[in-house]
Amino acid sequence: MTQHESEHADHHVVPYGLYVRVWAALLLLTAITVTASTLDMKHVTVLTAMVIAVSKALLVLLYFMHIRFEKRIYVWMILTVLGAYGVFIGLTFTDYWYR
Amino acid sequence: MSSNTAASVVDAPEASHGGHHDPVANKIGMWLFLFTEVLLFGALFIAFAVYLSIYRWDFQEASAHLDMPIGAANTAILLTSSLTMALAIAALSRANKKLALHLLVVTLLLAAAFLVLKSFEWGHKFSHDLYPRSATMELKAEGEQVFYGLYFTMTGLHALHVLLGGAAILFAMGLIWKDRIRPDRISFLENVGLYWHLVDLVWIFLFPLFYLIG
Repeated sequence: MTQHESEHADHHVVPYGLYVRVWAALLLLTAITVTASTLDMKHVTVLTAMVIAVSKALLVLLYFMHIRFEKRIYVWMILTVLGAYGVFIGLTFTDYWYR
Repeated sequence: MSSNTAASVVDAPEASHGGHHDPVANKIGMWLFLFTEVLLFGALFIAFAVYLSIYRWDFQEASAHLDMPIGAANTAILLTSSLTMALAIAALSRANKKLALHLLVVTLLLAAAFLVLKSFEWGHKFSHDLYPRSATMELKAEGEQVFYGLYFTMTGLHALHVLLGGAAILFAMGLIWKDRIRPDRISFLENVGLYWHLVDLVWIFLFPLFYLIG
C-alpha cells in the first residue's frame, strides 16, 4: 500500500450531520436507561442497563472513534482485547463461584 | 540516510515539523495505549461485578442514595463533549481552523462542567460524613461500604482521566493555533479525540452501574 492510499483511508471525511444524529441517539438511549431504571423490574434491572450501555458504547466506537471507517485490523484488535478481557472475567467468576 | 535518521531521533520537534510522519503508526500506537486503559478500568469493573454478585441488596440500597439526576446530567454533558470533539476534528480536516478551536473551547467548558458537578456530588457525600472509613461509613452494612469504596475509586480515577484529557485538549489547541496541527498533520488531535471518547466510553458503563441499580 502506498503512502497516498494510507493517507486516504485515514482521513475519511465524515459529514457533521452524522455525528449529530449519533449524539441524538446516545441521548435518547440515556433517557431510555434512566426511565427503565425507575420501573420496578427486579432482576432484569442490571441486564437492561448493560444492554443499553453496550449499545451506546458501540455507537461511540463505530462513529465517534471511527472504527466503522477504519481498516478491519482495528476490529480484530478490539475483539482480541475484549476476548482477553472475557477470559479474565470468566476465570475470576469461576474462582469466586467454585472455590 | 543513516545520519538523517539519527538527526530525526535526536531532534524530535524538527521531526514532527517537517520530518517523517506516519499517521498509521500514530493511530495504532494510540489504540494500543487505549487497550491498556480498558484493562485498567476493566479490572475495577470485574471487582464491581464480583461484589455486586455477593452484596446484591447492599449495592441496591447504596446506589439508591447516589444523586441520579447529577449522574444523568453528567452523562449528557460527556456525550455532548464527545460530539463537539468529533466535530472539531471534522472541522479541522476541512481546514476550518477557527471552527475547530471554538468547538474545542466548548469541549473544555463541558469537561469543566462535568468536574464541577462531580465535586459537588463528592462534597455532598463528604459533608454527610460519607467517605471511606468515616465514622458513619463504619456503621453501614459491609456491602454498602464496598459500594462506596468502589464508587470513590472508580469515579475518582475517571475524573482524573477527564482532567488529563482536558489538559491534552488545551495542549492540542496550542498546537492548532501555531499550525503544528493542521489538516495534513492531524494525527495528534485525532489521538486526543480517541482518548476523550474512551473517557466517555468508561462513563457510559460507570453511570448505570453506580446510579441506576438502586
